[in-house]
This record gives sequence, C-alpha cells and structure tokens, in this order.
Amino acid sequence: MSSRWRRIRETGFFLALPTTAWLALFFVLPLAIVLFVSFMSRGRGGVAELPFTLEHYQRSFGIFSIILWRSIRLAALTTVICLLLGYPLAFFISTRRRRLARHISLFLVILPFWTNFLIRTYSWRILLGEAGLINGFLLHLGLIGEPLSLLNTQFAVLIGLVYGFLPFMVLPIYASVERFNFRYVDAAQDLGANDARTFLRVVLPLTMPGVLAGCALVFIPSVGAFVTPDLLGGTKGLMIGNLINNQFGGSGNMPLGSALSIVMMAVVMLSLLVYVFGNRRERG
Amino acid sequence: MAAPGRLINEGALGRNRALRRLGKLGLWLNPAAAYFFLWAPILILVLFSFNDSRSVSSFNGFTLKWYGNILNNVMGAESAFSTEIMLNAFRNSLFVGTVATAIATVLGTMIALAMARGRFRGKGLLEGLLFLPVVIPEITQAISLAIFFKVLFDWVALMSGERIFPGFHTIIAAHVTFNISYVAIVVRARLADMNPQLEEAAKDLGANPWQAFWRVTFPLMLPGVISGALLAFTLSLDDFVITFFTAGVGTTTLPVFVYGLLKLTVTPEVNAISTIMMVLSTILIGISLAIQGRGASRI
Repeated sequence: MSSRWRRIRETGFFLALPTTAWLALFFVLPLAIVLFVSFMSRGRGGVAELPFTLEHYQRSFGIFSIILWRSIRLAALTTVICLLLGYPLAFFISTRRRRLARHISLFLVILPFWTNFLIRTYSWRILLGEAGLINGFLLHLGLIGEPLSLLNTQFAVLIGLVYGFLPFMVLPIYASVERFNFRYVDAAQDLGANDARTFLRVVLPLTMPGVLAGCALVFIPSVGAFVTPDLLGGTKGLMIGNLINNQFGGSGNMPLGSALSIVMMAVVMLSLLVYVFGNRRERG
Repeated sequence: MAAPGRLINEGALGRNRALRRLGKLGLWLNPAAAYFFLWAPILILVLFSFNDSRSVSSFNGFTLKWYGNILNNVMGAESAFSTEIMLNAFRNSLFVGTVATAIATVLGTMIALAMARGRFRGKGLLEGLLFLPVVIPEITQAISLAIFFKVLFDWVALMSGERIFPGFHTIIAAHVTFNISYVAIVVRARLADMNPQLEEAAKDLGANPWQAFWRVTFPLMLPGVISGALLAFTLSLDDFVITFFTAGVGTTTLPVFVYGLLKLTVTPEVNAISTIMMVLSTILIGISLAIQGRGASRI
C-alpha cells in the first residue's frame, strides 16, 4: 500500500503533462513564432518572408518610439493616479467598523467591474463627446464658448485607463490594509511619532505588498491597452496596442507587429522584475 | 529636570491636530470622489437609454422607445444592427464559453493537483509558465495566436492540400489557453487551505490513492473547482481582444458584435443594449456568487 502511496508523488508529473503540453502548443510555441517572425522581412500582403532583418526593431525604437514612450508614460500616469485615488479608498473600506458597511463599500467598487469592459469604456464617449454631457454642462453654464475636444485625446485615454483599472489597485491594497494591525499605530504614536511619520514609517511599509501588487496589476494592462485608446483615443491618443493591431489589417506588416509586441513584452517583463525585486526587498 | 508634560512640543502637537482634521476630511472626500467617478458614467449611460431624445447632453423626458426599437428590430439608419445577429452572437458566446470552460477546468484542476501534491523536476519552471498567461498583455497573446494559426493552417494546406479556416475551434483553443491559469490559481488556493491530514487519515484507514482522491480530496476541493469554472466562464464571455484576433467568419461572439456597434457612433439604442447587457451580467454573477456562497457554507 505504502509504495502505491509513494508513487502518487511521481504521478504529479503525469498529471501535469496534458496541461503542460497544451500550454507549450498554444502559448509557448506561438510566442516563439512571434519572436521568429519579428526578425523576418515584410512580404507581399504584409506577411513574413526571408531574409532576416533587424529593420522592424530599428523602426520600433526609431519612428515609433514616440508611441512607445507615450504608452509607457500613459501607463505610468494611470498607475500614479490609481494609487492616489485607490489607496485612501482601500483604507476607507477596510476601516469601516461595521461588517455590513465594509462589505457594501467594497461591493460598490467591484460592481461596476462586472460590466463588460467595452461598455464601461464606451460610457465615457457619452460624457466626453463634443455633444456630450460635460461639454453640454459647461456650455450651459457659459464657462466655455464652444465645445472642448475632450474625446480622441490622450486625456480621454488616461481617464479611460484609470476608470478601467482602478479596482485592480483598490483590491490588493484593501487586502493588505485589512491584515494591518492598527495597534502598531498606537505603538508608534506612544513612542512619539507624529501622524506623517507614523504613516510613512509604519503604515505604508506594512501595506507595501498590496501597493506593489496593485501597481503591477494596473501598469501591465495599461501598457498593452488596446480597447481604451481605440474607443477614446483617436489618432492623437494612439498607443502601442493600436499600432500592433494596425499591422494585422489589409495594409499591415506582420513582422513589424511582431517586433512591436516583443518590445512591449520586454517592457512588461522589466516592470515585473521591478515588482519581484521590490517585493523581495520588502520582505527582506 | 523639566516636568514630563514639557517634553512634548506643544506647537507640533497643535500642527498634528490640524493635520489630522485635514486628513480626516480627505479620508471622506477621496472615497466620495472615487465612488462618484466609478458610478457616474454607468448611471448616466443607463439614464440616457431612457432619454426621449437623441441628445446625450440633456435629458428631455422618459421613454422606452429605444428598447422597443431593439425588440422590433428598428434601428437608426446609421447602424447595421439586427436583433437576430445579436442573439446569434450571444448563442456563439455561450457555446464558446461552455466548451472552453469545460476543457480549461479539467486541465487547470489537473495541473493544480500536480503542483500542490506532486514532487517532480521542472516544477519551478512550470510555475512560471502558469503565471505568464496572466501577466502578458492580451494583445500580445492575441496576435501570437493569430500568427500561430495562420502558420499552422498554411502548413496544413501545403501538406494535405486542405485549407482550414479559423472559427469556433480557434476561439475555443485560445480561450482555454488563457483560462487554464485562472482555474489553476483558484483550485490551488483551495488545495492550500485543505488539511493534508485528511488524506493521511484516509490512507491510514486503508484507502488506496484512487479511493482517497474521489472520496476525500475531490469533494473537498470541489468548491474551488466550481469557482474556477465560473471565473473561466465569465472571462470567456467577456473576452474581446483575443476573440477578435482568433475568430473567423460567422463566429462573432457577443463582445465582438458589441465592439462593432460601439465603434460606429453613440446612439440611444446602443445605450439601451449596453444597459440590458449590464443587467444580464449582474444577474449572472449574482447567481454564481449565490452558488459559490452555498458551496462554501457546506464545508
């Protein structure tokens, strides 16, 4: 009997095999093909052909670097705004004394999230459009003479990204504030620390894992955003996700699209490394 | 020696108090602003779906005519909408979601069990592999699958002369791929919470591994499996980017259909459809939470 029980440990390998094979075929191999294609030339109809070239990477860091930097900047700004909005909000939720109040205030953050992402993004078109609610309101008040062009700008993309990903910031911070023992605050104050010092030296470091997780969860999808700039950004708010998408249409360039994807993945991997090292330093 | 009271800098204490009052105010204002920001766009969308005018800047009175237009298949001249196409897209979504969830739940649960209980080489590497689909941007995964299927189908055509076209099979394969990791994460969390001594007890009572699994481990991990499946189903129904790149002709899912609609223009009918979809998804998630709640309380 015990030998059969021992063998179950090795069974783990066979149990893992089908899933590993699936991921190898539909995840690893496609990414490897993208990497391969990114070094090939553009053929007729935008498909890839030989010989190998570095042209697409040169263009990614050359004329397209404006859009690359714009994507990184917009994602970074989104992360900062989400943090400034989300941290106090997470604090507010987890410091409600009654359980019901805590549940309701958390629920109010999650509920809008259940709506389809496309529809949530679209709702900003109603607000930001030339004939939209915000312009209508400002015109009515007489604050502006003619409608502002809010839609199809980087500003609209920024709002859409913050709107789309704010809950990703709130939830991990909420989880770490929830675990935070507020007696540490009393201890710090008894030892003579003022509020700012208490926050910076006690509360913030102890809730840092949540902050770091939230930042990673907001930054990564923001860098690769496609729907938000597509629906709200127009040409002025074009991000790298749209640029990649454009390479797969009629007049596309598949190798260029692949090279741009690899560059974007590198940005994501770098930010993940920052996250992992940040986390390790927090723990150590 | 000074009196103990003197040790405290009273100016600083006053400043501290004023700051604290300001901080308290901020701690109320910030959530108020955040909740307003989160809810206003959705509520306005719903409100304007009942607006008795095509305007989206002023509310002119209550009407249900946009909902009526959807039911009666009458839409603005500018849109290519048809109720029939929408229902068909919804059916496609349900089909893709069901099949992809079934496959992803089996594969995800298997790997979760292997990771939680097994000891084999390459486990660390597998850990990374499971984590990657969650963090890689959707658009990267989408185009990598699009290129992969193109290369694969080109190759098949070259070898056998038969052309395969993208369709349900490509969408389902793509959905299974991104869902496996989510199922595995949820099931593993459940397995980590389980008391391993229960399996030891089954072993001591003479159960063989097969019996112990089906009689002890599986019933205990079932709520995790159900949660994972529900999550996968929700993600599948909601996915747009990856479906957009792997769908073929005639396999439009609901999000892909909605995208086509939203790209066109802001019309009251689109607001009405969005409102219906919001209500439906809230009901759907409400039901799934109720099921989960019951599953959790039984343990």
